[in-house]
Amino acid sequence: MISNKSLLIYGFGNPGRQDDGLGIMLAEELRAWSAENQFAFVHTDSNYQLNLEDAANIAGHDVVVFADASREDIPDFLMEPLKPSGKVEFSMHAVSPAFVIHLCGHVFNAHPQAYLLHIKGYEWEFMAAMTEKAKSNLGLAVEHLKKFISGNFVTFP
Amino acid sequence: MGQKITIEPVTRVEGHGKVTIHLDNEGKIEQTRLHIVEFRGFERFVQGRPFWEMPVLVQRLCGICPVSHHLAAAKALDVIVGAGTGEGLTPTGEKMRRLMHYGQIFQSHSLHFFHLASPDLLFGVDGDPAKRNIIGVALEHRDLAVQGVMMRKYGQEVIKATAGKKIHGTGAIPGGINKHLTEEEREYLLHGDEYMNIDKMIAWSQDALAFFHEYHKKNKDIIDHFAEFPSSHLSLVRKDGALDLYHGVLRAVDAEGKKILHDVDYQEYDRYIDEEVRSWSYMKFPYLKEIGKQAGWYTVGPLARMNTAEFIDTPLAQKEFEQFKQYNGGKPSHKSMHMHWARLIEILHAAEKMKELLNDSDLMEGELVTKGNKLPEGVGLIEAPRGTLFHHYKIGENDMIKMANLIVSTTNNNQPMNEAVNQVAVKVMTGKKEITEGMMNAVEVAIRAYDPCLSCATHALGQMPLEFEVYDASNSLIEKKLKH
Repeated sequence: MISNKSLLIYGFGNPGRQDDGLGIMLAEELRAWSAENQFAFVHTDSNYQLNLEDAANIAGHDVVVFADASREDIPDFLMEPLKPSGKVEFSMHAVSPAFVIHLCGHVFNAHPQAYLLHIKGYEWEFMAAMTEKAKSNLGLAVEHLKKFISGNFVTFP
Repeated sequence: MGQKITIEPVTRVEGHGKVTIHLDNEGKIEQTRLHIVEFRGFERFVQGRPFWEMPVLVQRLCGICPVSHHLAAAKALDVIVGAGTGEGLTPTGEKMRRLMHYGQIFQSHSLHFFHLASPDLLFGVDGDPAKRNIIGVALEHRDLAVQGVMMRKYGQEVIKATAGKKIHGTGAIPGGINKHLTEEEREYLLHGDEYMNIDKMIAWSQDALAFFHEYHKKNKDIIDHFAEFPSSHLSLVRKDGALDLYHGVLRAVDAEGKKILHDVDYQEYDRYIDEEVRSWSYMKFPYLKEIGKQAGWYTVGPLARMNTAEFIDTPLAQKEFEQFKQYNGGKPSHKSMHMHWARLIEILHAAEKMKELLNDSDLMEGELVTKGNKLPEGVGLIEAPRGTLFHHYKIGENDMIKMANLIVSTTNNNQPMNEAVNQVAVKVMTGKKEITEGMMNAVEVAIRAYDPCLSCATHALGQMPLEFEVYDASNSLIEKKLKH
């Protein structure tokens, strides 16, 4: 099974703050799954938060899926296409996924197709343990992303 | 009756900051304050946890400078495990930690200069807010934006190679380090591709300084006279007086450059430094005990380090340091915008230091950890990008933390930031009937020069709301906006 596209799954958040680590955990699970299936076209990365250098990190990929914990009023998870945005955030010590792809376009003239996968979280204290409900949401998001990858990127030679 | 104007939060500054400016009916400024409005007690949280967890646990404080907390905690624990106070580590242990630290300084200062400061310099403090950001820089000065992105990336790669991973790095452990640098990592950092090699980083650091000098020539008013006020300065210095960002003795100089803290052992920092609590702020106000609460405050960070150090031990940065000193007549600089100049000199110094270390075989081989007799207490200090960072721990019988005290860089700069805000507010707002976007940004530029990290300073976490409040002359709230 191969794909001629390069796919990056980029989880961000702080795993030391309970459900804030959902994006990181998703990237980790997809890394193991793609290794097991020998999907060399799937790449993973993670960090506490996104910043300028991520414009360079995503520039070489065709498709990028950013994964983050969400405290918004959403279902268990939500995956949506992402459009570039030059909107300046309140804190520029971290930037939004939309800003990263916007910067990538301007600086590297690269325009990967991008998605943002929100996974609903509930607790954000100084603990490593995620809540049970967040773990359940993570499982659903992982399955959704596996299907998304298998359905859109995997072809049989 | 006077009126109260609130600018909240301070954009492009981490955490939740609020500036209140109180005007009288004639538009004269009565009082200006920088408020910190979030608080969670990290120091209490770590009580009862095993001491060896600290270098990893403290990285939960903040996703912006976790490496500084990682190293400061490890240095404090070096003392507790009997590995001495910074000089007792093996050559490999100390050099790997230094490389990690210079990587952190390099990426953090690069982010500040290219992302936060250069838009203000290129487009003016009262320039169009839609342009005054890195995208604006990329549109008009693409090369500068590329440099900013790649320098930041290089620093992150150094951290990854030395700390083991980007998130919750485990490289520094009590008494040393847990890995060598591999030949592959060393080769990548020394001679990577066109954009990712140490010589390119040194060249770009010099280019950034050249950009600053050119700007300075044409804009002396803002660089030399914006938010200028006398202050004492404090930092670590090497025992021979050299700039040292990783280890040394604690020195403070007064506004004239006279030593007021004489190269003391930081294990006894609490003999010399105390913190004052003020009712209107959650962030404490540190001061030198001998001088007192009123006049004992000091500035930390890149500018303070240029003012306390006598020389720099890398040739290119030393040349720049000499120019800096000469420009300021051999006296301490009190110009807030010289903070950018100082930061750029440190970027160059960090790049030179990284090259020196990457060519040192001690990184690839040798003992990693020093062992000794356990002690009940330890203090770790480091010159973090934003200034001196203090970690102090005491352990109980079961090796559990029973006391923790952290004084972070932004807390050390609490009073100077308040002074800067007041200076600028008085200058740009006095007698004006209307407060414009440009005036408010001028206040923010003064705060940004210190690169404060407010979420860390208050030991807070989570999302920080954006609020904007306007009060009328009778002190009634007439408008409030909230964003996340």
